[in-house]
Amino acid sequence: MSAQISNLQLKSDGGLRHFLAIEGLNKSLLTEIMDAAESFATVTEQNVKKFPLLRGKTIVNLFFENSTRTRTTFELAAKRLSADLLNINIAVSATTKGESLLDTIRNLEAMHVDMFVVRHAESGAAYFIAKNVASHISVINAGDGRHEHPTQAMLDMFTIRRFKKDFSTLRVAIVGDILHSRVARSQIYALNILEAREVRLIAPKTLLPHKVESLGVSVFPDLDEGLEDVDVVIMLRLQKERMNGAFLPSEHEFSSCFGLTEKRLRVAKSDVIVMHPGPINRGVEIDSQVADGPRSVILKQVNYGLAVRMAIMSMAMQPQGG
Amino acid sequence: MEKPRIAIKGGHIIDPANGVDRQDSLFVAEGKIVALGAPSDGFTADIEIEVPGQVVCPGFIDLSVRLREPGQEHKATIDSETVAAARAGITTLCSQPDTIPVVDEPAVVEMIKERTQLVGKARILPIGALTQGLSGERLSEMSALKNAGCVAVGNASQPIATTLVLRRALEYATTYGLLVVIRPEDFWLKDSGCVHEGAVGTRLGLPGIPESAEVVAVAQALALVEQVGARAHFAQLSCARSSVLISRAQYDGVRVSADVSAHQLHLTEENIDGFDPMYHVNPPLRTVEDREGLRQGVARNVIAAICSDHQPHEEEAKRNSFPATEIGMASLETLLPLTLQLVDEGVLTLTQAIERLTVGPAKVLGIDFGTLIPGSAADVCVFDPGATWHIGRDTWSSRGLNTPYWGSPMKGRVSHILFGGIPVFKADI
Repeated sequence: MSAQISNLQLKSDGGLRHFLAIEGLNKSLLTEIMDAAESFATVTEQNVKKFPLLRGKTIVNLFFENSTRTRTTFELAAKRLSADLLNINIAVSATTKGESLLDTIRNLEAMHVDMFVVRHAESGAAYFIAKNVASHISVINAGDGRHEHPTQAMLDMFTIRRFKKDFSTLRVAIVGDILHSRVARSQIYALNILEAREVRLIAPKTLLPHKVESLGVSVFPDLDEGLEDVDVVIMLRLQKERMNGAFLPSEHEFSSCFGLTEKRLRVAKSDVIVMHPGPINRGVEIDSQVADGPRSVILKQVNYGLAVRMAIMSMAMQPQGG
Repeated sequence: MEKPRIAIKGGHIIDPANGVDRQDSLFVAEGKIVALGAPSDGFTADIEIEVPGQVVCPGFIDLSVRLREPGQEHKATIDSETVAAARAGITTLCSQPDTIPVVDEPAVVEMIKERTQLVGKARILPIGALTQGLSGERLSEMSALKNAGCVAVGNASQPIATTLVLRRALEYATTYGLLVVIRPEDFWLKDSGCVHEGAVGTRLGLPGIPESAEVVAVAQALALVEQVGARAHFAQLSCARSSVLISRAQYDGVRVSADVSAHQLHLTEENIDGFDPMYHVNPPLRTVEDREGLRQGVARNVIAAICSDHQPHEEEAKRNSFPATEIGMASLETLLPLTLQLVDEGVLTLTQAIERLTVGPAKVLGIDFGTLIPGSAADVCVFDPGATWHIGRDTWSSRGLNTPYWGSPMKGRVSHILFGGIPVFKADI
């Protein structure tokens, strides 16, 4: 499955060259990423903030789609690794003037950069760039269309591991707009690679991709049934424009059927953790009581996002065999 | 121009229109087939072509090509693409009306015809626009388009605004006995889709075009065609269920025909894995089951024609992330090898394969080409069914290099083409 993508993102020694997709990676590599993140998190907690690992390297945040949050964590991760950083917001830059994606890449390449962190509205964009860049440049996918958002999924896995240790006993429920979510796809792949006991999707049929069961998940149309005995609940953000596309009748109806409240959470395991990739719509997919409550690890996710991105960036910049 | 007298000897003549399937000689004079077997008394050939072991058949008829002229000459031209057609064994091409300007007035038809005659490599039978500007709203001047030489009317890949407009268009075309070509696709169900809505599209997160986008459009059009009593042709099917619906309608006596592109009989959604934009086509590559259903439709003659659905592009058009690339592949020159592959795979007999490229599409259009019966135009294709060649710069004539088969071996190679009795292509061996 997707052998071409996994071949492209790995070096011949099996190490990371690009980080484009979770699909096709193996358990030991995902574990290696989490272990590396663990050491960054530990030393950061001891107040060591800066590492010289990427000194002299130039990283370009290439965002074709606006995202302050993701861009900021990548920016901070690059700085903590002592790299030089360039933020380019293409949404308002060259391509609107008619320059092709490839020309933009070629121009930046000519400035001797070492890494592109790419966010793009179209599925496969990061893969396209990785296929066309010079051989010394690494590409990190910071979200491509509805395809994958692999660094987000890794920080989610890291968060789960910090609270739950053993994946093989876990039931994980992902709730909400799966159809449009690159985060959900990456999470599903990661959870299956890490051999989670069960991955459940809870959503109305309009927000589920066609033949989604083929990804190795079980589908629940009912929130109360789906949450029963789960160890982890991941809520997805609901975009307001879904009402326009006839995916849903109203926020209110979605919220009353699929919104997470304290009461509904009672059927889950008593030590359940609640996650959300952010930004959250309070009162729509998640109640404030839950988002700010004791089960919520949402702010931890943000915190770990930095360590995980530092881990991935430094691994992708390691020389072959290094 | 003086047209030469030509004798083609030693080949295996296959003319499905007349049930000819034997080792024999073919004689051509004054642009027409004059005899099979023995020439008339006093026939002396100006050119003798010996083709032992090769197949001699009518030149192929391709129901859907984009020549890109007028308007997009940076992609291809009538000149470049008719040269490619000759190399591919195709002597008659139906061009789609979505040029710039659209083929919705006689002047554009005249221009295409003039340019084609100037090159003299193949015959172009333009499909006129069904609606003005292909907007799907106002009917085109179909009577004028017919008089100018359009062989049918259709709306290319553009949607018809409402079922009422489609009904009126079918009725109006029927007034002039015009065939209506329908590329069945429900605009709303297609939405922003760019690949088949299925397991592979789901994995890659590419927006899907559901099977129902085609099947709903076929069912809807069939109901209207039956009511109106129009003559309609469904172009470039991609779903097994479409073939089943059309088969039933044909059984019920509804006057409908269908074609499929050669690549749709080989490729599936699995090919898009890896985001290769060469596989970005519309209709999208669908499932293995769809491919099997379409193959059955072709074998049972529900689908009477295999076309190229040729869409040449400049390199830049395919250099982007998958959804942002332009749609279609350059496929004139893979039409014969991909069709012959169906013979190797036991889907069709050699005679059936040639039928789907000759008299099959000729009957769809109601034209006299696609046969070697004495008296007909001498459009003749000679090919070596066993010859293997590789797609590359020196074996390829289309301006469009956008084929997923680039560099791949192809079996079945055209060696000679006569177009209206004139040799227009000869392979250098």
